Amino acid sequence: MIDGGYQGKILRVNLTDHVVKEEALREDWAKRYIGGRGYGTRIICDEVDPKVDPLAPENKVVIATGPLDGTTAPSSGRVMVITKGPLNGTIACSNAGGYFGPMLKRTGYDMIILEGKSSEPVYLWINKGKVEFRDAKHLWGKLVNESDQLMREETHLEAETMEIGPAGEKMSMIANVMFNGHRASGRTGVGAVVGSKNLKGIVVRGNLGVTVADHDKFAEAVRATREILAQNPVASGGLPLYGTAVLVNIINSTGSMPVRNAQDAYLPEADKISGETLRTRNLVRNEGCSDCSIACGRVTAIKEGKYKGEHGGGPEWESIWSLGAMCGNSDLDAVTMANYLCDRYGLDTISAGSTVACAMELYEKGYMPAKDAPFPLRFGDADAVVESIRAMGEQKDEFGRLLAQGSYRLAEHYGHPELSMSVKKQEFPAYDPRGIKGIGLEYATSNRGACHVRGYTIAAEILSPGLDRLAYEGKAAVTKFLQDLTAALDSTGTCLFTTFGLQAKDLAQLYSAATGFDCDDKEFLKIGERIWNMEKLFNLKSGLTGKDDTLPPRILNEPIPSGPSKGEIEELDKMLGEYYSLRGWGKDSVPTKDRLKDLGLEDLS
Amino acid sequence: MKVLVLEPAKCTGCRACMDACSFEKSGVFNPLDSRVNVITFHEDLMFVPTVCSQCETPYCAQVCPTAALVRNTTTGLVDFLKEKCIGCKQCIVACPWGSIRINHLGKEIIKCDHCSGDPACVKVCKAEALTYVEVEDVVASKQQGVAQTYRRIAAEMVKGVNP
Repeated sequence: MIDGGYQGKILRVNLTDHVVKEEALREDWAKRYIGGRGYGTRIICDEVDPKVDPLAPENKVVIATGPLDGTTAPSSGRVMVITKGPLNGTIACSNAGGYFGPMLKRTGYDMIILEGKSSEPVYLWINKGKVEFRDAKHLWGKLVNESDQLMREETHLEAETMEIGPAGEKMSMIANVMFNGHRASGRTGVGAVVGSKNLKGIVVRGNLGVTVADHDKFAEAVRATREILAQNPVASGGLPLYGTAVLVNIINSTGSMPVRNAQDAYLPEADKISGETLRTRNLVRNEGCSDCSIACGRVTAIKEGKYKGEHGGGPEWESIWSLGAMCGNSDLDAVTMANYLCDRYGLDTISAGSTVACAMELYEKGYMPAKDAPFPLRFGDADAVVESIRAMGEQKDEFGRLLAQGSYRLAEHYGHPELSMSVKKQEFPAYDPRGIKGIGLEYATSNRGACHVRGYTIAAEILSPGLDRLAYEGKAAVTKFLQDLTAALDSTGTCLFTTFGLQAKDLAQLYSAATGFDCDDKEFLKIGERIWNMEKLFNLKSGLTGKDDTLPPRILNEPIPSGPSKGEIEELDKMLGEYYSLRGWGKDSVPTKDRLKDLGLEDLS
Repeated sequence: MKVLVLEPAKCTGCRACMDACSFEKSGVFNPLDSRVNVITFHEDLMFVPTVCSQCETPYCAQVCPTAALVRNTTTGLVDFLKEKCIGCKQCIVACPWGSIRINHLGKEIIKCDHCSGDPACVKVCKAEALTYVEVEDVVASKQQGVAQTYRRIAAEMVKGVNP
């Protein structure tokens, strides 16, 4: 019996037969993997063959919350989508904010397991524990924002929604799963898996409460952690003021913002697309996800020009970079419009923008024949960026269909896979490893392909004084530490941004007070390391090897041509060996038996 | 007398106030048991917090047949006396603001009581969309704010930027 934090039940949904089953949450797994990303990954490891076609009915999707979801723990409303991802076949976990996670818990379920495939498009309506399969033929083809609104109108105005857009329906490899119409589980193509099951969305509404094991201890932990964040200059300064886009000028000033498909890493006119400019030009108000005191979310509108009157959420910094700098585009209104389109079609902004950039380089270098492009694809052409996203979302022609598969498959199609700025086929985000060494190790070793939020080394390399961004020493240790911390943090349902102020001990305290499980900072990190190794084991069984732990040749070989990091390349090998050894893995990137035993993962090895 | 001031323009929609309220009042996190409620307009991402205004002429109290809702002349609040409530729910109908709520089971009336002068919702509202201030200070700060705007315009007029 668990005293608090969890609702204790998992809903298993068989989409083939349209039947549902309630299962008990396993206390031993809750203790070993927390919930969310960790627990969900364990389910996938047990129930899904790592070699299965990600878009086959045999693949499963876990929609998971953590024990802190639905409480006042700071920024604790995350929901996670865990599956075998189609973009690269790795264990995919992508999380989102909004209100879906806490509301899912109030229906009485910690998680939903989706399996099989419906013969017709459906959506699920989970109303106070009662589950209905509803016809979604009229929603198929509808944009994300339209589906969000229609599903709420058809169910309950105060319900919360999850939905895929046309990109997910058409199984784009870079399709996301959206929540509340504008919050994204963006990465790894999770939307395509949901689309492959003919599931348009899930609507939840519940009336149950979330209890915690120790009322007073929890109240005090909440007070203390909120106070820490209130005093933190990032969480209470830069982020609420300028959103995540506060980083445009910061990262560009280090010469580490990839520009024009990473042919450069410095954009002289970066301020045109900065968070500061976004604030004066487009910001309407801040938005906070469930129980968030940071409220970095941007509610924006385009106030002039050809997109005047368009409005929505974002853009985030990564989206500004991918749809802006990466495409040589410094028209902020066009970036914002392209970002809205990504949200409406249900496309991952990072991968989408980077794919357009890749197409532009292929086009400019003549590798993509002009006849294959519906319009000239020149770096810096704002219209080309917006229209490419539209083509990718609609998939009405070969160009759109090709781009919708992501940059790796696009570049491979034209015989130049090296021009895809990706690791394990997933596009890397807005930090150039040539100018920030540690993040390259994170991209190379991330269990879901290139990613910044598995172990956000930028916090240590740029945002707080500590490590020299150009040094290699110490980067393996900080990468491992942050990867383990984040795996545990994600599993509680807490937002990564809390770690600008909170430490493992603070998070362990919240988790422990909520659940009644004994947990200190050491144990919290050990759980994170267990989750990391579990993900790794899945990937190895799926066929990935140590050879996949690398970076695009451009990052390893081509010096940055201009700006503050001019002349730099990334020497990954200076960190990789040390990283493997700190992880207790062999030189082949395979966990040793001893480490797996130490982590209690013998049954999965 | 202090009042809860709601400023929708500042609200970020995080709903922490609702979780904090229910936790304070029932020991469980359940927004349906919260006295304060944030309405989200998804189409334009606008967030509007609502809570009992502690009316000088409380319709809820006027329709209550058992005097379970009464205006407290000492505190200025409209008190809810649970033991007198017969559950007729007429107060919900009468309140022009929808601020008399019913709990998650649809059984018990719940109503804001300012947490005896230390509202739990205010403590988690980082955006200061919910504040707890002396009523005369609400007027003063409103006038101060408007005056600041005039002050800025006047300063620019002096520079000739905005004649």
